[in-house]
Amino acid sequence: MQITLTVNGTQHTLDVPENTLLVEIIREHLGLTGTHVGCDTSQCGACTVHLDGRAVKSCSMLAGQVDGASVTTIEGIGTPEALHPMQAAFRECHALQCGFCTPGMIMRAIDLVAEQPDLDSKAVRAGLEGNLCRCTGYHNIVRAVLHSAGSDQGGAP
Amino acid sequence: MYQFNYHRPATMAEAVALYGEAEDGLYLSGGQTLIPTLKQRLAAPSDLIDLSGIDALKGIKVEDGVVRVGAFTRHAEVARSPEIRKALPVLAALAGHIGDAQVRNMGTLGGSVANSDPAADYPAAVIGLGATLYTQDRDIAADDYFQDLFETALTPGEILTRIDFPIPDRAAYRKFPNPASRYAVVGVLVADFDGTIRVGVTGAGPCAFRATALEEALARSFSPDAVRSVEVPEAGFNSDLHASAEYRANLVRVMAERAVGDILAG
Amino acid sequence: MSSSAATATGIGASVLRKEDLRFITGNGRYTDDLNQPGQSYAVFLRSPHARARIIGIDTREALKVPGVFAVLTGADMAADGLGDLPCGWEVKQKDGSDMVRAPHPPLAINVVNYVGEPYGVVIAATRAAARQGAEAVMTDFEEREPVVDLATARDSAAIHDGVPGNLAYDWELGDRAATEAALASAAHVTRLDLTNNRLIPNAMEPRAALGVYDRSGDEYTLYTTSQNPHLERLVLSAFVQIAPEHKLRVIAPDVGGGFGSKIFVYAEETTVVWAARKVGRPVKWTADRSESFLADAHGRDHVTHAELGLDADGNFVALKVETTANLGAYLSTFGSSVPTYLYGTLLAGQYRTPNIHVEVHGVYTNTCPVDAYRGAGRPEATYVVERIVETAARELGQDPAALRRRNMIRPEQFPYETPVALIYDTGNYEASLDRALELVDYAGFPARRAASEAAGRKRGIGFACYIEACGLAPSQLAIQLGAGVGLYESGEIRVNPTGSVTVFTGSHSHGQGHETTFAQVVSDRFGIPFENVEVVHGDTGRVEFGLGTYGSRSLAVGGSALVKAADKLIVKGRRIAAHMLEADVDAVAFEDGQFVVRDSNQSLAFGEVAFAAYVPTNYPTDLEPGFSEKAFYDPQNFTYPAGTHIAEVEVDADTGVVTLVNFVAVDDFGHVINPMIVDGQVHGGVAQGAGQALLEHGIYDDYGQLVTGSYMDYCMPRADDVPDFVVDTTVTPCTHNPLGVKGCGEAGAIGSPAAIMNAVTDAVGSNDVSMPATPEKIWRALAG
Repeated sequence: MQITLTVNGTQHTLDVPENTLLVEIIREHLGLTGTHVGCDTSQCGACTVHLDGRAVKSCSMLAGQVDGASVTTIEGIGTPEALHPMQAAFRECHALQCGFCTPGMIMRAIDLVAEQPDLDSKAVRAGLEGNLCRCTGYHNIVRAVLHSAGSDQGGAP
Repeated sequence: MYQFNYHRPATMAEAVALYGEAEDGLYLSGGQTLIPTLKQRLAAPSDLIDLSGIDALKGIKVEDGVVRVGAFTRHAEVARSPEIRKALPVLAALAGHIGDAQVRNMGTLGGSVANSDPAADYPAAVIGLGATLYTQDRDIAADDYFQDLFETALTPGEILTRIDFPIPDRAAYRKFPNPASRYAVVGVLVADFDGTIRVGVTGAGPCAFRATALEEALARSFSPDAVRSVEVPEAGFNSDLHASAEYRANLVRVMAERAVGDILAG
Repeated sequence: MSSSAATATGIGASVLRKEDLRFITGNGRYTDDLNQPGQSYAVFLRSPHARARIIGIDTREALKVPGVFAVLTGADMAADGLGDLPCGWEVKQKDGSDMVRAPHPPLAINVVNYVGEPYGVVIAATRAAARQGAEAVMTDFEEREPVVDLATARDSAAIHDGVPGNLAYDWELGDRAATEAALASAAHVTRLDLTNNRLIPNAMEPRAALGVYDRSGDEYTLYTTSQNPHLERLVLSAFVQIAPEHKLRVIAPDVGGGFGSKIFVYAEETTVVWAARKVGRPVKWTADRSESFLADAHGRDHVTHAELGLDADGNFVALKVETTANLGAYLSTFGSSVPTYLYGTLLAGQYRTPNIHVEVHGVYTNTCPVDAYRGAGRPEATYVVERIVETAARELGQDPAALRRRNMIRPEQFPYETPVALIYDTGNYEASLDRALELVDYAGFPARRAASEAAGRKRGIGFACYIEACGLAPSQLAIQLGAGVGLYESGEIRVNPTGSVTVFTGSHSHGQGHETTFAQVVSDRFGIPFENVEVVHGDTGRVEFGLGTYGSRSLAVGGSALVKAADKLIVKGRRIAAHMLEADVDAVAFEDGQFVVRDSNQSLAFGEVAFAAYVPTNYPTDLEPGFSEKAFYDPQNFTYPAGTHIAEVEVDADTGVVTLVNFVAVDDFGHVINPMIVDGQVHGGVAQGAGQALLEHGIYDDYGQLVTGSYMDYCMPRADDVPDFVVDTTVTPCTHNPLGVKGCGEAGAIGSPAAIMNAVTDAVGSNDVSMPATPEKIWRALAG
């Protein structure tokens, strides 16, 4: 099937099989490998991207569902030279170790802060329910999100 | 994932026609259960009919003491809806704890209720609030809708279009999440309609049901003590590695008691 | 330490990580991100049965699937002369005989012994075609009764021919007679039965491999998710015999966590590199998470009976431990060593217990092989020691902190030789205990407990004063104890002509931050900017040799190798500087990045000397040009990180839900290079330990089917399952490595399960709760 979607501001028209997942479009057709696949039951959140501005799991979306949509991936929010504030907060708070869950975690965290600006530690922890990290014990991820949200609870990075 | 044909009709009529033409069609709503199922190759439909393009399935309206929610309304929309938060806060709160945030941004009311997973949250609200479910052909009372494990009153090709939730005087929902999947091991919604009590239970049995013994006890005395006095029989309850039937029976009572506590605490 | 210790990037500074910029922007390069022109895809044929004979494999329909290039089986592999996957650690049984190894072909040949065991592979142009091909393979199995239950495995039918009682080994350590005698005369004996639950590692990046064969040079390249690419190459060359080492390059690019599970040499990587030549195309495989659950080596899985004897004053007089350890269906790469040398040797803990005896029965079952998982043996040992010590304190009505303090090895007693074969070089256990008691506000606990009770919840507190042996390991000792390789590490420092530095290490970073920490060490040593140091790892084509990263060894062993290489360069630099400055070499010192002539104002910067080594105009005639050195560092002893972890939990009696409300970890890792990274390692380890104590359990049913085979049923810790952690360190520098460091990667996972379970049993008032302390178990324990 032919679909048209905008990824990180660039419009693409692609011819893909109907059973193609959004994450496959992103990784394999567009070569944007920052979005990761960590499970096959839609729980780990490593594949999280923004679909029309909201965090979704790109492993659980079909090509047809994103026809006409706008998708933002980790590559679309900042660069090493001009980091998104959430990316910077993750670095400053040591909120990543192996880096595999990180893109999905950052994409969800941005969405979380946008939908709930008055976050505290408990709300961040609840808000990250859909993202698994095996390295950090979440401690520094929570700090990074709070820091980025401008909460006092984040403390100094 | 096996191969399938994909359609995104713009109208109900088109959707129903596509279903009729398909060899083995399935409707796709938010896809948060169906797509993982397809990925695991546990289903092999010939055609997927995506309902997301049908405007008639969308929208939230509060009128005549009823909250009308279009079937293709995403969980996050229900959770955030100012109208629902005002008129029926228990429904917004329930929707705000389904799955996780990313799932809530895709999953829909109709998809969840049509699927009737025994551990889904919405069925507790459908039952507990005595909702009316609308399809393209008819309306179905909540008490007639859930029939067994993944079995509902829907006939092949029938599409949930809207669910009307009556607004109670007061209500609360308590959920005991599965630590791994975060689905409901048990979820209990208690609603008080001017002294008539409804208690909808999800997670405990093969499908959502009314806990009539609890309803009667609460009608006599709306208090946690009244809940505590009721024996919740475990017969027919689900039993798995996370919770035995006996433990689920305990959780039904505890969640009901806490829901009543929440209501009384205002 | 050089005097730049106080700088923003030197030793002891929380330098932000170099590697982060690529990870936070999506520019990491993990194995599955890599593709090769013309590559094909592998899907493995996996056993649906826990135990069966393979009667026949019919591949005809599969070969008709469009896009399928080949269906290869274990028999094809054997026909090509490939060898078994070896177990790299020989364990001598108590009667002196060798352990009993079961044959372990990479792809099963006539029998399959666990659900998910690969016995063949379908290779196709696309992943979908390979999957369709795999579904079209018709395999005829003859099912046999599986052996699943650990407790009865020794009385069950033999899984492997020639392994009666399914016993791989009976191993012991310590003086049985003396221990039994001391127990017999003890004033009090505490007895405890424990299980250590099976865990499934779940690094967030699933394993992946991409095998490439280059006909022109007859060379193989394997890109794979490995913690130790050189070891992988060694095994694939020397044992599996795919290709000689100089014809096989193994590259482990960015690796998304390991926790032990990516140490081992598995069937899948072996297969893709072998198959790449057979099908004449690169072959790629990436595990689904479901495959990871089935086929990544699992961890833990012990059943233990322990007895602790105390005299009338509360001094420990003897500890006797008997453990049955589940090894799974085959001996994985280091599977034999984990419940023996990494477990039994740690049973002294932090205490002066004079008599210790441990006996371990290593048992085969029809389950996935069990091997090292974060902590590897040491969490299991800590769990035994710290649970029984806490239990003894309760039985005797003593304060658990006081009973521990009474029995701790005191600072003046180091070096301390334990009855279980280790010599602890240094430590100050009371210092960590004191700091942890202060941070947790131990005195305030009764008030907190009362407050919880007033709110309708039960509260408990639990301790774990753990020890670990890290920095694996003195090679001679390790080889004496059965290791198949030495456990030194290599390092190479190439100073480029312009003074920038490229560091090559045989360690491998898959989250630990070596690119930062090792750069700190080297820049500190040379007094050069941190930014000028680049760390290269994970490629046998670029790094000479290495043993990799596991057992909290990287800094203690790999970092020490770099210090050794750096010191060689400094020696050489002094000679160059002496020549250039016309001074005696003994008068030249290296300070703050300057080669200085003592008692003069003459000096040369590090970069000037490096440049001179490459442009040797004014240069000693008897000295080689160039400025690069390599070193192998072989540790003299293990390092012994130790500390105190204290957990507080609240229990909801109506539901049995346990909430970890407070966790304090005070660890002695020796000197700390980057406190930010070290704290992060502790956080992650504690969360994994909390997972073991409260959430995670790999469960097989009676048929040997893995019941917890996805995140729907295997409960991973999420952000809302753990609290903010309170972590701090105390310092007694390691006495035998140049950095004075001990290792920090596993401590969190070692101390926390015991601390949390001690807290849970304290809250519940019953010792009869096994890990994980799930809500229903607690509810039942409270219901009596």
